[in-house]
Amino acid sequence: MNFDKELDARGLNCPLPILRAKKALGEVSSGQVLKILSTDPGSVKDFAAFAKQTGNELLSTAEAGGEFTFFMKKK
Amino acid sequence: MDTKKMAIIATKGTLDWAYPPFILASTAAALGYETQIFFTFYGLQLVRKDLSVLKVSPLGNPGMPMKMPFGPKWFKDINWNMPNAIQAIIPGYESVATALMKQTIANNGVATIPELRELCQEAEVKFIACQMTVELFGFKHSDFIDGLEYGGAATFFEFAGETDVCLFI
Repeated sequence: MNFDKELDARGLNCPLPILRAKKALGEVSSGQVLKILSTDPGSVKDFAAFAKQTGNELLSTAEAGGEFTFFMKKK
Repeated sequence: MDTKKMAIIATKGTLDWAYPPFILASTAAALGYETQIFFTFYGLQLVRKDLSVLKVSPLGNPGMPMKMPFGPKWFKDINWNMPNAIQAIIPGYESVATALMKQTIANNGVATIPELRELCQEAEVKFIACQMTVELFGFKHSDFIDGLEYGGAATFFEFAGETDVCLFI
């Protein structure tokens, strides 16, 4: 999937992946896509909840070998 | 959509209890909440310039696992709980426990308290210190970080009365 910015939040634990994502979304324009890498298992539910509450769209969630990849489109 | 609001009263002054208010406030701010923390009694320690005053004590805290943050897995899995009477007579026990806790925090990719506090400030979480307890404990305003406001219970209610989430920690 195409993306405009990548955030490496691997090794970070709650709530840092969300806080870093919020900051990274502030650096892209509306409609652009942020790719997020995370190793925090809690971030799966957290990014879904973040998207629901902020109106940014969670395009996809994938897991491979203990790593999670999210694509989020800025509102 | 109206902006959601959250108010927290932070009353504890230890390293472990510093986490919930700063984690929830920074996350709420990231979710778009207008957020305020009212620091009172021991919670004032969380807005000191010098955060090295924050310690964790296993003494009288049966819920706290005491595990080593280094060594092979079997060693890390050992729980070193010991009787209160013994903990109480070992000089520096609290400082050692605090150092071990800080190492565990770093090993787990958990943010430090100075980092979380700064993230709250960057996200414009409003910090209010209870003026009455500042005086009660003999603190000076110069003991605290910049950007604090000082007020009392009525100041807290002015904002808290309009919140969607209101927590006492």
